[in-house]
Amino acid sequence: MTASVITASSLALGHVVYLRLEGACCRWLSDIQAATLLKEEDLDAALARAAEAVAENEIIDPYAVAVEIRDGRIEPLSLRERIRAHGPTTGDAKIALSRSAA
Amino acid sequence: MYRYDEFDHRLLSQRIDQFRDQVARRLSGQLDEDAFRPLRLRNGVYLQLNAYMLRVNIPYGLLSSVQMRRLADIAERYDRGYGHFSTRQNIQFNWPRLVDIPDMLAALAEVEMHAMQSSGNCIRNITADHLAGIAADEVADPRPYCEIIRQWSTLHPEFSFLPRKFKIAVSGASRDRAAVHVHDIGIRIVRNEAGETGFHILVGGGLGRTPVIGKTLREFLPEADLLSYLEAVLRVYNRHGRRDNKYKARIKILVNDLGIEAFAALVEEEWQRLRHSALRLGRADIERMKAHFPRPDYLPPANDTSEYEALRRDDPAFGRWARNAVFSHRQPGYGIVMVSLKRSGRPTGDMRADEMRAMARLADEYGFGEIRVTHRQNLVLPDVPLHRLPSLWRELAALDLATPNHGLLSDIIACPGMDYCSLATARSIPVAQAIAERFEDLDYLHDIGDLSLNISGCINSCAHHNVANIGILGVDKRGQEVYQITLGGSSGDDASIGKRIGPALPAEKVPEAIEGIVDAFLAEREGDERFIDTYRRVGDQPFKERVYA
Repeated sequence: MTASVITASSLALGHVVYLRLEGACCRWLSDIQAATLLKEEDLDAALARAAEAVAENEIIDPYAVAVEIRDGRIEPLSLRERIRAHGPTTGDAKIALSRSAA
Repeated sequence: MYRYDEFDHRLLSQRIDQFRDQVARRLSGQLDEDAFRPLRLRNGVYLQLNAYMLRVNIPYGLLSSVQMRRLADIAERYDRGYGHFSTRQNIQFNWPRLVDIPDMLAALAEVEMHAMQSSGNCIRNITADHLAGIAADEVADPRPYCEIIRQWSTLHPEFSFLPRKFKIAVSGASRDRAAVHVHDIGIRIVRNEAGETGFHILVGGGLGRTPVIGKTLREFLPEADLLSYLEAVLRVYNRHGRRDNKYKARIKILVNDLGIEAFAALVEEEWQRLRHSALRLGRADIERMKAHFPRPDYLPPANDTSEYEALRRDDPAFGRWARNAVFSHRQPGYGIVMVSLKRSGRPTGDMRADEMRAMARLADEYGFGEIRVTHRQNLVLPDVPLHRLPSLWRELAALDLATPNHGLLSDIIACPGMDYCSLATARSIPVAQAIAERFEDLDYLHDIGDLSLNISGCINSCAHHNVANIGILGVDKRGQEVYQITLGGSSGDDASIGKRIGPALPAEKVPEAIEGIVDAFLAEREGDERFIDTYRRVGDQPFKERVYA
């Protein structure tokens, strides 16, 4: 199954965040597994919510990322976005991203 | 090294206060991202793939042990415990938070470091030969001139909005170790027939999507005219450089479009207006700057180097390291030690905070508290008494900093690539690691001999792949990482641009391809030819046959 999530960077902290819609609320979380899966027809509305977060100086550069569900987990289709979700594939950066709110 | 005076400290302090205010206004929304972006870039702050990145200048690659300890502290406190030394003799922190960056800059300022103009369309960090002041083949120490240029270019009011970034490198030796031929301006210190010190000025070199070897702009520029002449070059570039197309905005494009003679004529015309201005360097100006780089208090050569001699003769591991990583020093009784940051399983050029502290301690205990950063992403301990080399080697080996691969195939330059960089089209670090693993056998490496291998994760060529003997460029082909191989590049006195040898390869085929290239070299080599010599003699056909058989 393919879908999309909305990603951005936290303005204050710089790290990668994903949009989670909770009714009227939206949160920007570091864990892609917590992101809201979106169908194509929902993207514009979600990006509009992201634009609000930009205006509120919470995030920068939001955009949609194509993902698939593999073994119950959200996985970006592109390598670039997998690196953004999981961190560098090599080296001293053993990512232990905070799974808390951005 | 250069010691800040009150003016320098005040400039930094004001700059940090200004940036702190800019960050606060960005976070509050008073500045939007379009307004803030050029301001943060001007302070060395990028937004990369995973996080912000802070690039800190290390002017002409010169670090004190105090500064290295502070970099370690910053890595631990504000980042993820490590830093990355770049091909422009800078250090990059990959995980700072914007809210912390003003405090990071303040911590750097306390040890006379900063990040101004490490990014943006301005004159960047001035780079130099990492053996400045200590090399046996030196004409003159480039560091005083680098510092003069650095001070002239910092916050220069005319050159803060250039068409594009501008990079200057200075070499003071008969052999170029600063890659001057591929910089926007390359400066070689020379002497004329009368024995006067001056500069051979190269212009329009560069890499990236349009690699170009720089051309001679002036054969001999008198010492006193250094700044006025540079000002003239920058004015011509600023006035005529393209601003309509980011990919055509470097000075190399302007020089190519005008032709070197026409460009030189424009510079000459501008220079005549500036030549006798306040930019003219007096003897006192130059001597005052040279006084910041005095010769250390070298001791006479030790009477007893028997342990060193015996170990070099009898211990194969030490002998190999001494032959590979220790270079002749102009001071009798001393050696220059190359410290490789190209270690098995580690990204090239990366160093953890504990390793930085260890290097600082070694610099204090074995030298005069100084460390150099090379543009090949390695470090140098510049002044080590020969009789202390065995002890130093044991300490470096215990820290995994004694890999004897300087100048060899596994001394790979690799940019951070798509693991970190938002511009990258492919990863470079894993490919570098796979190649290094394939060539772990030191006997084999040493048999191959001098061979530069550089990997860039995109066309911008931050790893200088265009001027490597073997260059690798990672690109994206319909969502897959593939790698183009070039051969025959060189960054030194015989600078040349590498030529692509065939279709790009998937990542898993690259180590095997490199092995094929090395096999072809060993089959074709005559005598003790270097790889580049063999390639230039036989052409690329033998290599293509091995890679694409």
